Amino acid sequence: MTDMRTEIETSSAPAWAANRWMRLAALIIGGVLLLAVVQSVSDTSELTTSGTWAAALRLSVPIMLAGLGGMFSERSGIVNIGLEGMMIAGTWFGAWAGWSYGPWQGVLLGVAGGAVFGLIHAIATVTFAVDHIVSGVAINILAAGSMRFLSVVTYTPESGGGATQSPGIKSQIATFDVPVISDFFNWLEAKRIFFVSDASGIIAGLTSNLSWLTVIGLAIVPLSWWVLWRTAWGLRLRSCGENPYAAESLGVPVLRMKYYGVVISGALAGLGGAYLVVVQAGIYREGMTAGRGFLGLAAMIFGNWNPVGTMVGSTLFGYADALRLRQNEAVHALLLAVAIVLVLLAVWSAIRRRYTPAIFEGIFGVLFFTWYITTDSVPSQVVAATPYLVTLLVLAIATQRLRMPAADGLRYRKGEAV
Amino acid sequence: MRRILLASLAPISAIVFSLIVASIALMLVGRSPITAFGAMWDFARTSTSVASMINRAVPLYISAVAVAVGFQMGLFNIGVEGQYLLAALFAGWVGGNIVLWAPLHIAVILAVAIIVGMTWSGIAGALKVTRGVHEVISTIMLNFIGFSVIAFLLLNYFKDPNGSSLNLATPPLPPSGQLPNLNWLFGALGFSEPRGIDLHGFAVFAIVVGVFYYLLVWRTRFGYELRASGINPGAARMAGVDPNRMIMNTMLISGGVAGLVGLAAVFGNLQSYTQDFPRNLGFNGIAVALLGRNHPVGMALGALLFGFMDRSALILDLKDTPKEVVTIMQGVVVLAVVIAYEVVNRFIERLEIRSAAEATREAVEGAAA
Repeated sequence: MTDMRTEIETSSAPAWAANRWMRLAALIIGGVLLLAVVQSVSDTSELTTSGTWAAALRLSVPIMLAGLGGMFSERSGIVNIGLEGMMIAGTWFGAWAGWSYGPWQGVLLGVAGGAVFGLIHAIATVTFAVDHIVSGVAINILAAGSMRFLSVVTYTPESGGGATQSPGIKSQIATFDVPVISDFFNWLEAKRIFFVSDASGIIAGLTSNLSWLTVIGLAIVPLSWWVLWRTAWGLRLRSCGENPYAAESLGVPVLRMKYYGVVISGALAGLGGAYLVVVQAGIYREGMTAGRGFLGLAAMIFGNWNPVGTMVGSTLFGYADALRLRQNEAVHALLLAVAIVLVLLAVWSAIRRRYTPAIFEGIFGVLFFTWYITTDSVPSQVVAATPYLVTLLVLAIATQRLRMPAADGLRYRKGEAV
Repeated sequence: MRRILLASLAPISAIVFSLIVASIALMLVGRSPITAFGAMWDFARTSTSVASMINRAVPLYISAVAVAVGFQMGLFNIGVEGQYLLAALFAGWVGGNIVLWAPLHIAVILAVAIIVGMTWSGIAGALKVTRGVHEVISTIMLNFIGFSVIAFLLLNYFKDPNGSSLNLATPPLPPSGQLPNLNWLFGALGFSEPRGIDLHGFAVFAIVVGVFYYLLVWRTRFGYELRASGINPGAARMAGVDPNRMIMNTMLISGGVAGLVGLAAVFGNLQSYTQDFPRNLGFNGIAVALLGRNHPVGMALGALLFGFMDRSALILDLKDTPKEVVTIMQGVVVLAVVIAYEVVNRFIERLEIRSAAEATREAVEGAAA
């Protein structure tokens, strides 16, 4: 962490950029410190272990991929609630090709399967100007139905397969440890030094036993940022989501750009589905996406239609899920962390003389603290609902901060400018 | 006559298209579509199948009405799914734990379902009115929150202590909370009574909901304002219709109707809320609303069509044909019907432009002559 900081301070990047990285670094260090403090006063040890963070990474990547997919579509102006269906197609085709040929073929075909449903969504919404939500709902029904049909036809006669699940895939994708870093931080984690071992656990979790597909998934975050915000193509795509008629008047092929956006969206959601099969489960099981497409949508909104924000959102959701799976007491300890954050926010708001938010944050901070003190565990259902609750709260509280593409969800027909 | 023809053009072509897609799917896996559809048709023509078909159509119809109320003003209640499940849980729990004079008992169950449905959709309405949160996003989130709330309550508070632990359920309805079946209808109409399946009495409420929907939308001031807000929100506001009040009321009515969807199963074959309660009725209701174009009779036909598909598909398994082909048909039909409406509308638009142009030309020529 400190290395990164000095490097940025000495670099010649513009002041605002350095400032932004500084803030991010401060936030990360503060977050780890918070987790370390909470962990030391409560009866859990799972908040910062490498195991938890490795699981969090595995759980957040598919959500993130779906969210990035949603971002491409919505940046081009097409709302995509068919992400779930596209992801289902990704899981099915990923498992089918993974079982017939191998894991990498599974990934490719999963991407293709998602892209096909993206294409259907594009035909309906772009060419025929059908309501985006309607088409998305239909995609979800259609994808679930056709995958069930395909399962019955393909997997029922096979050993280990059936109407709702596939036989196992041939092999897993290779995993690796980041050399030196992984070993060093694993060693440091075992030392049990306050804060240092906590930070090491997180780093070790994120660098050990990595699947190559995880690396690819993570690489898509900066890649999509670069494509959308640093290339002419990306500018055109975004202009279709902001003001298609203006884009049209400048010669942007709006319909084609929207097709690109929605098909990429399906491909990324399909990749997320294939990830679930190839890296996590090893087989296709009906319903294995379990709403992750919608979760991706939530992460995208949480992240304000930006790649990095989407990643942060999915990491939060994946982390909560990982804690729930590994140790429920750890989730209970998280209540204390939330309480501390809220109280700090209240103090911050009070310093800046914004008293109404300060009072609310203070009250909720105390409530969370009371919840922490008076109970021993958090029901797992509460944890499952948390991502959705958080998204609703963010939407309700931070409406001024969130801004979706201006023409997102609006119907566009060529040459109809008003 | 011409209007009905044009209106039915889109759904009929969508159904034909979905039949074609399903046939292709069947042929690809080496099954004969003609045998399959023939078997479905034969199987569906018994009294038992008709009763089952209507039973399946009832919740779909109510769900479609709930969605259609919102559609009338361009509001998209995608949260029917969460609203009906939550409502059914509470209604099943309350209904199973009280014993009252029968009509009152049933009224209480209905009231609980409506209120719970309204509460859940009201959150989305309030978020939209006060905070500008889009109702599609908030209802999606509320669906998932609802599923968790249901799992939590059922496991910890609402389950029947004497019931099986494999399939958690609320206590079964006592006799005073049960609705009589309508099997006598078949006899009265000269058919044999269904065997093994009852035509559930709750079907009556579907008709009540349909009539209520028709009267509300086309025979009240509220309905007029609702439709006006849907067609031209700006003009409606200028005419003094408060958009926020309309959004809130519409969400509440939609949620209230949605609350009734799950009662079809509570009063029907389950007699309680169970862990494996029927799912997806909310999403399929959207499909039915689109198919029937928000029209009370159109949606009834759409619901019956879906009910027919679900019921008659059961025979396919005996014919070594995957019955899931029906789900593909349902998905295709929704997508095809909205596209077909769009195409038909563009076609009508073009016809109107042409006839208007001709009328103008004739008028000009007439004036010149």
